[in-house]
Amino acid sequence: MTNFIQTSPSRTITNAVQDHYIPAEAPFSTVIRKGQIVRIEDSFGQQAIDTLFYNAADFSERYSNQDTMRVQGAAYISTGTKIMSSEGRVMLRMTADSCGRHDTSAGACSCESNTVRFGHGTKYLHACRDNFVIEVSKHGMSKRDVPPNINFFMNVPISPDATMTIVDGISAPGDYVELKAEMDVLMVISNCPQINNPCNGFDPTPIRVLVWDDEA
Amino acid sequence: MHIRRSPEEIAANRARYEEHQRKGLEFAPKALPGKSPLPAPTLAADSIIHREVIPGGWYWWTAVKKNETLRISLESGYASLALVAWNSADTSERINLPDTVKLQWTTGLGKGRVIFSDMGRVMFSIVEDSSGAHDCLMGGSTAASVKEKHGRDGARNTRDNFVIAATKLGLDKRDIPAALSLFAPVRVDADGRFFWNADLLTGADYVELRAEMDMVVAFSNCPHPLDPNPDSMPAAVTVTRIAAVEPSSDDLCRTATAEAMRGFENNAFAAL
Repeated sequence: MTNFIQTSPSRTITNAVQDHYIPAEAPFSTVIRKGQIVRIEDSFGQQAIDTLFYNAADFSERYSNQDTMRVQGAAYISTGTKIMSSEGRVMLRMTADSCGRHDTSAGACSCESNTVRFGHGTKYLHACRDNFVIEVSKHGMSKRDVPPNINFFMNVPISPDATMTIVDGISAPGDYVELKAEMDVLMVISNCPQINNPCNGFDPTPIRVLVWDDEA
Repeated sequence: MHIRRSPEEIAANRARYEEHQRKGLEFAPKALPGKSPLPAPTLAADSIIHREVIPGGWYWWTAVKKNETLRISLESGYASLALVAWNSADTSERINLPDTVKLQWTTGLGKGRVIFSDMGRVMFSIVEDSSGAHDCLMGGSTAASVKEKHGRDGARNTRDNFVIAATKLGLDKRDIPAALSLFAPVRVDADGRFFWNADLLTGADYVELRAEMDMVVAFSNCPHPLDPNPDSMPAAVTVTRIAAVEPSSDDLCRTATAEAMRGFENNAFAAL
């Protein structure tokens, strides 16, 4: 499955300070310290990875998709994107991206929105918002603390005439993004369980998260 | 060991998605009527519950009950107005723009479209709209965006306005959802960059939002970050709260798309 691609001679698969295997459809969270570099790897390809960040010292400061889009003047996320907080501060910077396109407009799937999108028969399927609620609850938060998220490896083109659709992901097995933390952050992930649209190739798969210390 | 889904399961889900996609992208926009003509019709005096003129730079909020309508109109010149909303009965349910755009296959709201909450229910129907020029993506101004645009600290901005409004409503900044900016013609070019499509605006536009549940709605009248006008103080915006009228069974917003119909089914179930 994993085809590890080095982005720095000093960062190897053996000297990571964190190395997590996240099963298909599962939630996950971890703290990334200021200066550390996190890699989120789409191990099998075409897997949307719904992600949120919170200031680890004050969860009321959290990822803001609107601030992130406004600061860069563009809708998609890639290398160079500053991940902005609700307080207008840089939380992380994306330093590497082997895929090239990530969404932050389309949010997370939910049982409730699935009924609207795909019919009431899809209500009883696991969904990202349930993952987020479970995971943020471990940190004393609730549904009100789940803002619009980043969808790494999700391909949601928006046309100049405003139409928007989710199309097949362009990520290959082993594709990755890397972000350098500018503050201590709690990262919360929902490894997207959606099987009703192409964001996961209709087949959710496991992912991997690695963290290295600064200069590593 | 991870077990993959079968090719048959994947093919069945893909076929259903492509059917939804085809209807959403091709059929639904054709079913919509286009822009409301200007000027807006005069309202009967006895239908007006309240009229508020929000000065440039300021915020306001109002309760609104199911089937009442908020007319938001530019009667003294151009301005954009940011909006957020919460379900009165449970403020953890709030406007959700990612779901609103994703569920309707478009970031371009206009007459006939609806605005969803995070719970798969319809909060507003857009029953009239003269511009179709609204921003679901970028949101309103912040202290940082105002400083970048005008080179100074301290100007009023939408983020701070919503922090104040939420706090006075007994909520706090954690409860502020991503904001919808009305009369902000933000579009995305082929490279993903935002641009301001001023051709969509007339300067005297209006929109009418029918409430589909009891809500608290907050507004902020500050210039949109992409608004090319260098003036930091926009014109006042008028919000008129109009008495409830029960929609007809063939109401446009309730029947225009399969997604809206299922959203209203969720509203109906929640009201049982």
